Amino acid sequence: MIVAGIDVGSKFTKVVIVNDAKEILGYSNIRTGMDHHKTVEEALNEALKNANLKREDINKFVATGFGKISVPFADSEITQVVAAGKGAHFVWPTVRTVIEVGAEESRAVKVGDDGNIKDFALADKCAAGAGSFVDAMVRYLEVPLEEFGKISLEAKESVPMNAQCVIFAESEVVSLLHANYPKPEISRAIHDAIADRVASIARRVGIEDDVVLIGGLANDIGFVDSMKRELGTEVYVPDKIAPELVPALGAAIAEL
Amino acid sequence: MEVKVRPLDCWNDFKKYRERYYKNYLEAKDKGGIRWAGSAWAFDPVPHGLGEDVYSLTGEPYGATCAFFHDFSRECLENIERQGVARDLCGYMRNYWGSIVLDKYLLADGSTVSPFPKPDFNFTIHICCSHAKWYHFAAELEGGIPTYAVDISVGPGYMLDDKKIEYVVRQLRDAIPWMEKITGREYDDELLIKAVYAEADAMSTWAKICKLNQAQPAPLEEKSMFSLYVLNLINRGDPEVAKLYHKLYDEVESRVKRGIGALTYEQFRFLTDNPPPWAFLKVYRYLEKEYGAISLGAIYTFGLAGGWIGMDEKGEKWIWEPAPTPEEAGVEITNREEALRWTAEYNLRYRASWQHEYSHWIRKQETYQMVKDWKADAMIMHLNRGCELWNMSTLEVRDYLVKNGISVATYEGNMADPRDFDEARTFNVIDSFMQSLGIEKIS
Repeated sequence: MIVAGIDVGSKFTKVVIVNDAKEILGYSNIRTGMDHHKTVEEALNEALKNANLKREDINKFVATGFGKISVPFADSEITQVVAAGKGAHFVWPTVRTVIEVGAEESRAVKVGDDGNIKDFALADKCAAGAGSFVDAMVRYLEVPLEEFGKISLEAKESVPMNAQCVIFAESEVVSLLHANYPKPEISRAIHDAIADRVASIARRVGIEDDVVLIGGLANDIGFVDSMKRELGTEVYVPDKIAPELVPALGAAIAEL
Repeated sequence: MEVKVRPLDCWNDFKKYRERYYKNYLEAKDKGGIRWAGSAWAFDPVPHGLGEDVYSLTGEPYGATCAFFHDFSRECLENIERQGVARDLCGYMRNYWGSIVLDKYLLADGSTVSPFPKPDFNFTIHICCSHAKWYHFAAELEGGIPTYAVDISVGPGYMLDDKKIEYVVRQLRDAIPWMEKITGREYDDELLIKAVYAEADAMSTWAKICKLNQAQPAPLEEKSMFSLYVLNLINRGDPEVAKLYHKLYDEVESRVKRGIGALTYEQFRFLTDNPPPWAFLKVYRYLEKEYGAISLGAIYTFGLAGGWIGMDEKGEKWIWEPAPTPEEAGVEITNREEALRWTAEYNLRYRASWQHEYSHWIRKQETYQMVKDWKADAMIMHLNRGCELWNMSTLEVRDYLVKNGISVATYEGNMADPRDFDEARTFNVIDSFMQSLGIEKIS
């Protein structure tokens, strides 16, 4: 059986195709446009091309993500929590705490030895603990996104950033720039602020090793570093698959 | 397994009583009657001694009714915010104040009338930070209404002693001449005694009804219980309320005997804790329809309107058994002193919702025991931004339950401010929770 997991996120739509041996045959990751149906079709076609498969080769489609209703042909739907937990447990079997930070939302999922979900917590209505916070901050720092994480590792001191709200944080970044703080210090302050917010969500379910970080922000090494310091434990990022693809993978393997 | 269901025969009796209650308050002056306003936790039997034409308006149920009709609620909230009131204050209170400022009075059917009917006096209690100010400010907004508040902060019931009871009785004793002076009426102790008996009867009977919901299938679901429990929060000193609860008890008992349930498919039993998001009770229907999930009740619906034994004498274990009425306790109330003493002690000792305000340990035991006794599969907790008192220790209780092997989901909202509720996100939490527990949709 071949299954396609389709994760329609607020910023990116991801598709992962697996076979019944749970091997990844192909995947895609494209920006979510205004027309979600069109985006889903494009993402699926790209993943099929990547897997060298045709649409009719897929036996099941499983949708997840905030835009899962935009996959009208889906055979089943799975929540982001279960997709994240299943996917993370598959790529990192010793995981007990999964932390996912996407563009608009962050969540923590506690999984058992068997990969079943034991508990979860979701971020509230605030972008301060999500990837869109980084997008907003990068604009003010005028640093390319891919450099943003790296420069935070160069910081020599920790600068506290108090604002919990993305709107107020923007003005705080402007104030730090006016106070001539170097960009690495400001970058670290921003990463620490997000990590503080995300860690508080994760603590609701209890931190238990191994902690695995997934979602788009897991690609940001500055954020990973901040999370390690904030949680006081090792934080792993999957290395066999891009961390943002893990929920789509989880959706697919949940059907196998 | 498919379960037999049928609507409650006495549903309309409760509905009509509530409609009449709000109308009576509005029309009290036309009949030469007296109006008083205060918390639903106020010592309701005491003003009953002023006569049989004394009508109350209790603030929390009124605030909840406003919230249910969310367009009106938004109007109230925005108007009171324009007066400088902060959004993080009690949601019920802000609706109540907003209604006064708007000069519109909401009836149970959602219609409004002007002007907002002013009470002759406010009679309330102090237990939380909001109750302490609610009626002082309401009195100011209404141009100076005499206000009397009873401080009840004497600690949990199992630690009660004569001195603490006397502290509250003394305040009630002083309230009577104060009411006589304001209303010009002579106080009737016989009416007080009647109301005190009625209160205990109504509260203990409600507790007995809640106990019946331990049955499988459960005969009642909580969304309907919201319309039933409320009579004890609006006029429990009225013997007619106790009579209605007896009628309901008989009907629910018969449902249990005949295996009549509230849901056709009951595949998942859960409990809640806080006041619900009144503007979004559809959350309950979503759970029922999609998952066959029934809310059996809450420490709110059970504890606010019911008289329960509560913590044992050592303060170690919560006992969900109905509190005794005077008759069951072998007590005869013959005079004002005995009546005041009974109502003070009954409420301080047995009103479950007052006990856990003093300690998260009590609330943990209360909630844990409820899950066990009502054979619930899980707890769904409302992180209620609208009530500091009820939201206090919610997350500590959550952690305690999880550590003791009970599944818990939390969602954010506000009991009485529809602007603080994210419907899509809440449904997402529910779906995630159910899926994580392996509960499949039935529809």
